[in-house]
Amino acid sequence: MKPLTPVNPGARIALGIGFFVVFFAVWGAVTLGGFVSKTFLADPLSMVASGWTLVQQGFLSDIGMTVWRVLGGFAIATVAALPLGVAMGAYKPIEAFFEPFVSFARYLPASAFIPLLILWAGIGEAQKLSVIFIGSFFQLVLMIAVAVGNTRRDLVEAAYTLGSSDVSLVKRVLIPGAAPEIAEILRMVLGWAWTYVIVAELIGASSGIGHMITDSQALLATDQIIFGIIVIGLIGLVSDFAFKWINRRLFPWAQLGR
Amino acid sequence: MRDGPMTTATTLLSVRGVARSFPSQSGGAPTVALQATDLTVAENDFITILGPSGCGKSTLLRIVAGLDRQTSGEVLLDGHTISGPGAERGMVFQSYTLFPWLSVRDNVCFGLRERGLPRAQQLEAADAFLGKVGLRGFENHFPKQLSGGMQQRVAIARALANGPRMLLMDEPFGALDHQTRELMQELLLGIWEAERKTVLFVTHDIDEAVFMGSRVVVMSARPGRIKLDRKVPLAHPRHYSVKTSPEFAALKAELTEQVRVEVRAAQESVATAA
Repeated sequence: MKPLTPVNPGARIALGIGFFVVFFAVWGAVTLGGFVSKTFLADPLSMVASGWTLVQQGFLSDIGMTVWRVLGGFAIATVAALPLGVAMGAYKPIEAFFEPFVSFARYLPASAFIPLLILWAGIGEAQKLSVIFIGSFFQLVLMIAVAVGNTRRDLVEAAYTLGSSDVSLVKRVLIPGAAPEIAEILRMVLGWAWTYVIVAELIGASSGIGHMITDSQALLATDQIIFGIIVIGLIGLVSDFAFKWINRRLFPWAQLGR
Repeated sequence: MRDGPMTTATTLLSVRGVARSFPSQSGGAPTVALQATDLTVAENDFITILGPSGCGKSTLLRIVAGLDRQTSGEVLLDGHTISGPGAERGMVFQSYTLFPWLSVRDNVCFGLRERGLPRAQQLEAADAFLGKVGLRGFENHFPKQLSGGMQQRVAIARALANGPRMLLMDEPFGALDHQTRELMQELLLGIWEAERKTVLFVTHDIDEAVFMGSRVVVMSARPGRIKLDRKVPLAHPRHYSVKTSPEFAALKAELTEQVRVEVRAAQESVATAA
């Protein structure tokens, strides 16, 4: 192995799958070999079996609920964060006004708001969406502001010498220039939103993957808990790939020369 | 007077007592980048500004572009004071400043779209100017798919398509290899000979300054001022073989001497400061 030498695509996929194989093999060996008690950790086979049972009992609608909560909360956060983030990135006084508060707010743990949110919004969907919103909005705002603020100064100057006004500079240079990075930010923060939704569903929910996990906890059904966790992982992976694919399609120019 | 024989022609740009200093970081005396400078640019003139790096030649150009503010003095274009950047002063930068998200064609259309020109006219102008810089067939490429020289050709087309009163060029070929650079000089000179667009061209390359310019202005080491202003005694159209002519050699020798002194001075001032 030489440092920084690229690996060919075939070997890359094989290596990537390889780790999953190793992971499941080790897990299977420890559990099926009797090294770990079934109460602590279920083996892969019973995980798959109980997963199948769960699906037959209507687990798919729980998955649907969770996905909708993530996407809903995330969409609301994005719609609110985009204009504010762009405004902060483009106009320094606006940034000076909001940035200290947003920097502080992003360290407020979304999960700690759950008791408050239950008080304010009840235990319905509004509360779940609010958790996702709080967890992603402040992060999005700050990162979008940085992306917009990092626009190359020489491009800004070029636009001015071509006759751009301040408003058209924002619309035609700052936003399109930062767009691929903003799309990357959305992809990353969506990944974080997945972790918040489960927390939101652990408390005061009657549906969703997190709710199933809490139910299983009462029964010590570690196989179901693990199944739930793996489902979340898979959905996260799929949404990540979808996002990457869309970004490549939307911004072919940003891929050039990489 | 420094202005020489061109004062009889219509004055397009006058730089009057323009100086630039930067406040010192440590609270001491401000750093003077540019001493009070006067420069008159006649319509259709091609002026090359030559000087050692850090002499304030780019600062002067950026002030004319409206991208930097002078500490004193004023710049007049067509008799009107310049207060900021504008489309009537097109600029080509040393760095590659094409918008990477726009195709070559849309880059050239950028300024025209800002002016609200109908799309059909934008495209017509863009294609015409891309033809002039020899980039027909590359309209739909993205900037990153082009070589550095090609990107600068697009940048020239983009600036020209906007129909500016004058073109400001800040070492536009500085990042290119020697051969590409010479070809670009011929291309730009050819365009200038055809259109006679007024050009203010900053460079540290003496050959380039003499070959391209109808007037060469030499700046001193920091704090910059204009120390020499020479008309270039070479007829147009100029073929690249003019670089081997005795007139070219004579002027080049004189300028080399003048610039050398300034580079020395610049190095000594750095040495004493350190």
